Amino acid sequence: MREIFVANTDEIEDRERVVIVDGSLEIGVFRLGDDFFAWENNCPHSGGPICQGRIMNRVIENLDENKKSHGFLYVDEDVHIICPWHGFEFNIRTGVHPGDSQAKLNGFDVLVRNGGVYVEIE
Amino acid sequence: MDESGQKKKSLDIINARTDSRDILSHARQQANARDFDDVFIVDIDSHIDDISAWPEIMDFIEDPVIRDAAGSFSGGTKRGAFHNGTPGLQWQNVWGRIPHGQGLKEDVDDKTIPREVTLSRRAMDQMGLDYQVVFPNALLYIGMHPVKEMEIHLAKAYNRWLVEHVLPVDQRVKGLLYLPINSPEAAEETVRKYAGAPGVAGFTITSSRHAPIHSNQYMKLYAMLEEADQALAFHAAPNWEDEYPSQLNRFISVHALTFVLCNLVHLTNWVINGLPERFPKLRTLWIESGLAWLAFITQRLDNEYLMRSSEAPLLKRLPSEYISEMFFTTQPMERTNMNLLEATMDAVNAPTQLVYASDWPHWDFDLPSSVWDLPFLDESAKRNILGYNAANLFNLEVPEKYQKRAHAAE
Ligand code: FES
Repeated sequence: MREIFVANTDEIEDRERVVIVDGSLEIGVFRLGDDFFAWENNCPHSGGPICQGRIMNRVIENLDENKKSHGFLYVDEDVHIICPWHGFEFNIRTGVHPGDSQAKLNGFDVLVRNGGVYVEIE
Repeated sequence: MDESGQKKKSLDIINARTDSRDILSHARQQANARDFDDVFIVDIDSHIDDISAWPEIMDFIEDPVIRDAAGSFSGGTKRGAFHNGTPGLQWQNVWGRIPHGQGLKEDVDDKTIPREVTLSRRAMDQMGLDYQVVFPNALLYIGMHPVKEMEIHLAKAYNRWLVEHVLPVDQRVKGLLYLPINSPEAAEETVRKYAGAPGVAGFTITSSRHAPIHSNQYMKLYAMLEEADQALAFHAAPNWEDEYPSQLNRFISVHALTFVLCNLVHLTNWVINGLPERFPKLRTLWIESGLAWLAFITQRLDNEYLMRSSEAPLLKRLPSEYISEMFFTTQPMERTNMNLLEATMDAVNAPTQLVYASDWPHWDFDLPSSVWDLPFLDESAKRNILGYNAANLFNLEVPEKYQKRAHAAE
């Protein structure tokens, strides 16, 4: 197990990420509020650079109590990273696709220490 | 900083202007990991860029009045001149989620060669391709142009621009020329003029059109193609305007259905009217409808033909037997259920009849790894699908370094 320094906490803005390269390994470290998450930059769909995509909120259908649709809504608390190759979306907190629980990102532990963000790798 | 005190390099966010070599850096990693530089790979369908070249293509219009009129579009820039409106391509990027989905907008410094060639080279190098066939986005729709003769003007201009301006620059870039079949005579002239021209791999009919392809007016065209040993491709496209698809409210639905619907109609007409019996040596290729539809149409037509053979009297075998002798592109390969995919590939004789296509840079592009990583194909089938089947279909020269393997595949 080894630790890699990623950035100082204030160098990663809220709802942003940095994507670091360590040999052949690429890791995206994301910040949501005071929380940090690290995912491999390798999409489970076809190996695309998932962590270099857009960050957007989850979209849901806006249904009323009569099951009538009124279009779309964003869900502020469900923040997604979207693969720039073909559009697979993953929840940044869980690393899971919203419609397929089998589609998951490969994750790493993140440590925040003395104002620095580190990831642990094998 | 890492353990050596070095701050780690950080990768940039990918946006609409990112260099395609960066967008596809993982494709290069995949190519290295699978040793694709030792695998003969032909991408028979890509849509690199015609948007920025469109004003230049307009200068190749023969009719002086129409050529001049192009200059009246888009504030005199000729951008998008004469396009018949379709929302399809504008929806491809999933509302901004897939940046390259509306075309490559990266910078190209080298102005000495066409931008299309530079972009094609970037894609070929990253994916590990030997040849790439380019086809323009804008022409996918002009079979439905309300001004029927506009198809001829635009097709002629595009074909000439491609043959004279693009194909001579790089032997690895190939073209499937557009057949403006709203006028059978103009389509015949296209074959007469370009069959066998350097860089021309074959000819395409765009499938988004209302033209019964079994109509007698096309028999001369097919005879010419057969005689000239040229492949005939049918390229699918979305259609949101026809009556049935007009009920669909999301682009996912339009894309899922209409890219298949157009080729379902044309392939059914082709088979039921006995075109494979009339032109047994004419090789047909069906582009960009994926593969899943083939499990449906082979069973459906066989089942009905056995009860209604009098309506298809030219057939001497089951429809599925004719279909399994046609060629199909792999993209977009539906691969969420490997059992269904394997059965479908079995139904159409995948090892000899499928050809790899990337469709780059569209949102549903496939890399060569989509074929290479399939668990149920052996290596020789994978090599055929990635390259040798296309070489046979289009009479492409297989580079020296692969010659030994090409013989093995025959
Ligand atoms: S590789 Fe990520 S969506 Fe396809």
